[in-house]
Amino acid sequence: MSLPCAPTLKTELLEVSIGPQHPSTHGVFRMNAVLDGETVVKLKPVMGYLHRNHEQIAETLPYLANMPYTDRLDYICSMTNNFAYALAVEKLAGIDVPERAQYLRVMMAELTRLVNHSLLIGFLLNDLGAWFTPVFYAFREREKILDFFEAVSGSRMMCNYFRFGGVKADLPESALDQVRRIVRDYPRFLDEFERLLAGNEILKSRCQRVGILPKELAVNASITGPMLRASGVNYDIRKADRYSIYDRFDFRVPLGMTGDVYDRYYVRVLEMRESVKILEQVLKQMPEKGDILSAKGLQACRAPRMWKPPAGDAYGRIESPKGELGFYLVSDGSPKPYRYHVRPPSFINLTVLEDLCIGQKIADAVIILGSIDIVLGEVDR
Amino acid sequence: MAETIDQIFVLAKDRFLDLLGIVLPDWIILLVRILISIAVLLAVAPVVMMYMTWLERKVLGRIQNRYGPNRVGIFGLLQPIADGIKMLTKEDIVPKNADQVIHFLAPVVIVIAPLLVLAVLPFGRNMIAADLNVGLLFFLGVSTFGVIALFMGSWASRNKYSLLGGMRAFAQMISYEIPMVLSVVPVILVTSSLSTAAIVEAQLGWKWFIFTPWGGFAALVFFLCGVAEVNRTPFDLPEAESEIVAGFHTEYSGMKFALFYMAEFISTFAISGLAVTLFLGGWDGPAFLPSWFWFGLKTFILILIMIWFRGTLPRFRVDQLMGFAWKVFLPFTLANIFIAALWALLPYPKNFIADTIGITVILTLLQIFNRKETPKKRKYLYAN
Repeated sequence: MSLPCAPTLKTELLEVSIGPQHPSTHGVFRMNAVLDGETVVKLKPVMGYLHRNHEQIAETLPYLANMPYTDRLDYICSMTNNFAYALAVEKLAGIDVPERAQYLRVMMAELTRLVNHSLLIGFLLNDLGAWFTPVFYAFREREKILDFFEAVSGSRMMCNYFRFGGVKADLPESALDQVRRIVRDYPRFLDEFERLLAGNEILKSRCQRVGILPKELAVNASITGPMLRASGVNYDIRKADRYSIYDRFDFRVPLGMTGDVYDRYYVRVLEMRESVKILEQVLKQMPEKGDILSAKGLQACRAPRMWKPPAGDAYGRIESPKGELGFYLVSDGSPKPYRYHVRPPSFINLTVLEDLCIGQKIADAVIILGSIDIVLGEVDR
Repeated sequence: MAETIDQIFVLAKDRFLDLLGIVLPDWIILLVRILISIAVLLAVAPVVMMYMTWLERKVLGRIQNRYGPNRVGIFGLLQPIADGIKMLTKEDIVPKNADQVIHFLAPVVIVIAPLLVLAVLPFGRNMIAADLNVGLLFFLGVSTFGVIALFMGSWASRNKYSLLGGMRAFAQMISYEIPMVLSVVPVILVTSSLSTAAIVEAQLGWKWFIFTPWGGFAALVFFLCGVAEVNRTPFDLPEAESEIVAGFHTEYSGMKFALFYMAEFISTFAISGLAVTLFLGGWDGPAFLPSWFWFGLKTFILILIMIWFRGTLPRFRVDQLMGFAWKVFLPFTLANIFIAALWALLPYPKNFIADTIGITVILTLLQIFNRKETPKKRKYLYAN
């Protein structure tokens, strides 16, 4: 049925540039959206506002000097960035890692996962309009973990803790108690968080059946991490690669059924519970004493400007909280990498944004972006 | 003594007018009598607004596990004044392409409506600025008028976010106005009066309408619609920060921005006050405390509930917001009118049974018809 005045009414699509300065684009990200009323018709992500030549810089530096730069990729999870880079160089030069260092690495990686996921859920709720309350509760818990990171590495966020063949320093006196306390208290926090959020009708009706990512598209677009698992694909690099010592731990991989925002949110909650389980096992199995840096690693770290890995290439990857984080290194036998490439999970997960958003409301576009979990430091590099 | 404290403001006004009467003629006294009420309302409203911002920040702070303002004055009590000074000294930025006149007028116009409606609120026994016989109608009519100012601001800003916010505001206000008015109809039906003072008098002696089956639900609907009407969480779509930056007031700064906030807070106060008047017995309460205290306390509790909402609930989406008004509230309030009529017609035990049956039936029907939209509980699988 057409209205009597319809022929004279000229309607147009509304083009809105969301970002780069916008409260909920998680940094300097921009979406050029075309709206029909409130519905998104077209959406183009615009990136590059935070581009800082990361890869080029790395090619002008010795291998070790690049470790602090990797902190700045995904600045919420510096530990896992270090991990992936260290893994790549160790593969390249064939460096072994001592037992205690392996446990320390896994401990840091899983604590980072807790930090990232609880923060993400807080900010996702912020995008949903729950004015900062969940964020503050997430921050409270994150603070405890950051205190531990500070005690261990000297820095809260830019940890720079990993070294080729081990880690920078052993744990200080009482730091292990700190971890024990975190591991003991975290399930209680997760229960509280879940009681507050998971049953909320508004949250459910906002998130369910919104931004559905089908299995096939997820695989074709090489989506990784919790986002892929929320779509029901069983792929976790900790299980697939069994890098470091992940084969020694008993943990499960939660899978979503529909792949909508709610699944992406809830899979992360479940993943945190599994992380706590891994941490408990780490605390039980970790050797009391031991080297934290292997002999070959010590060589690489003592005189970084002189250290030359053999010519060749290597790709080291881990399951970072956001997905598959990989570093590809080509060495020509000189002290600097010939080619250094990062495979950032945020950037690649972001490529499906338009497919997820089309046909949804503008309010949904914001939470879909939030549920993808991007950090602009990693997207733009 | 209690009587004196109860009527202290009324007595003070009369005494003052008596004193004036010694020197001035009667017609001036009549004028002054009106002017005093206006002056008091105009002075009290901004103060109420200022301390509501303080209260909101303080309570939100506690909800969010932090302190809230505590630097300026004891407990941060001078914070609103500091904020006011800051707002006044801020640069007033008007976008180049904005419609200058309307852009300027919108924040001025928007505070008029919430100030006007305060006139018909009975703040205590004999404490009503203007006891209109159509007081309720006046309140509902004038409070709607604010949305025009809101749209003026959003349209004149020439900003896409403002425009989106304005459109959302218009759609939301119009949709929620209907169930809101319909939820008030049972009260008018039972008291057969539109005067707010008369409505309170009908509830004296713990016969508050919220204790009746129809009144309880009508109060709930009215309060939720009121929350939607004043753009507060979870219905704050017109100014949804995470989606459209600041909605209709994106392009306002300084004191103009503060005026938008003032309008919002005074409307919040007014809507809470009206909810108290209509369903919570107005100024009625145990006599050992003055009537205006009871009115203030009840209003304060409703405001606290709104702040609590803001601290805990996420926001609705546009289509869900509309669906909520048209698919849940509207049918319910329509049915509620008949339920209230049954209450008024039948004698005591029978009307209670009839109302319970009626409400159960309508709630069940609503649940059945809205089943498609209710979210489901989910199960998650684990892989090893």
